[in-house]
Amino acid sequence: MTDVAIIANGGANIASLRFALDRLGASSQLTADVDELRRARRVILPGVGAAADAMERLHSLGLASAIPTLTQPVLGICLGMQLLFKGSEEGDTECLGIFPARVTRFPDRQGFPVPHMGWNQVVPQSGSPLTRGLGDDAYVYFVHSYAAPVGPWTQAVTDYGGEFSAIVRHANFHGAQFHPERSSRAGQRLLANFLALA
Amino acid sequence: MKGVRFRDHKVVGDILELAARYCAEGADELVFYDITASPENRSVDRSWITRVARVLDIPFCVAGGIRTVADAEEVLNSGAEKISVNSPALADPGLVNALARRFGSQCVVVGIDSQTVGEEFEVYQFTGDPDRSCSTRRRTLDWVREVQDRGAGEIVLNCMASDGVRQGYDLRQLRAVRSICHVPLIASGGAGTMEHFATVFADAGVDGALAASVFHSGAIAIPDLKASLRARRVEIRP
Repeated sequence: MTDVAIIANGGANIASLRFALDRLGASSQLTADVDELRRARRVILPGVGAAADAMERLHSLGLASAIPTLTQPVLGICLGMQLLFKGSEEGDTECLGIFPARVTRFPDRQGFPVPHMGWNQVVPQSGSPLTRGLGDDAYVYFVHSYAAPVGPWTQAVTDYGGEFSAIVRHANFHGAQFHPERSSRAGQRLLANFLALA
Repeated sequence: MKGVRFRDHKVVGDILELAARYCAEGADELVFYDITASPENRSVDRSWITRVARVLDIPFCVAGGIRTVADAEEVLNSGAEKISVNSPALADPGLVNALARRFGSQCVVVGIDSQTVGEEFEVYQFTGDPDRSCSTRRRTLDWVREVQDRGAGEIVLNCMASDGVRQGYDLRQLRAVRSICHVPLIASGGAGTMEHFATVFADAGVDGALAASVFHSGAIAIPDLKASLRARRVEIRP
């Protein structure tokens, strides 16, 4: 059995994610098959692109109703994390509803161009299993224009003209707004922590 | 490849080995230039991109010979985060729009080779080939505005007069471009000392500084540079 099933939701550029898992010795499989996802030890929901398109694809693949019922550790990355929320301002899209909040666009602020692109610091909030060993000075790589608010689900925050959720968790569902596969040591640590989840 | 003032190109070691070394030393992003791709009217050989993507855990950008959306798609699917276009965007500015529409502005970098001509700055093209390198007669500031309007998500400004001579970045030109550039601006050309990096961040307000020869030659070690920048309160990943 492969270690990680990556949900094939049509986005390009999952090669770097698979290579990052390879470097950690984890096998991965790209699939949109509900039964295969249910059988997987862990599931990653990647995502590059727009929320509305991504949700449309998940609906057409029959995955929008299946994902919230998964019981193994699930990790949403970037847009994949945003899709785990109730909705997104991007295209006024209804999403998967695991986190009861709405993802909103960064406001226009002097000195904080959108998209938020590049390295920024993550500050762990609590003893979350995903942030174990991350340290207080961990920088990770972001590329996004929309962000999730801080709430009870927040495991780590990042400040970009205001704080947003960088890492989230509810039950078996986890999310990272940044790209762990391109975040050097800190990203590798987060992925290793995810792979260590029971 | 790296070039010294865009003449006399020389190959610098095995790219995989270099990529892994820079990554381990703390480089924040790598840019791979095939600077001979455009002048010779051929595309980048892409088999190496996947090999690079396997070893790198930082973002990287590929530049050279990307002329179509299909070219870009192949590069991105091989594991690169960004694609950078230069000469092909000058030949067909609509390419910038097409790339931004298909992949999002965040992966579309426009590289600009700019030369000081009197008081003005002019865009040059085919700078990878000394025999074909020439002015486009476009004013650099106009081109910077245009590519932003077309959807460029980042601009790498290579100041040709300072490139490869290690006398410092072209602060006058970078400040002029910064004042009209609303997307991330990366300074290129002229880094010779750690002081030059600190100065370009402080005096030109750029978002990033690109350098090749000082790293390839070992003149500046990345960990030392980063420690020096942090000591000067430049916010940077340790």
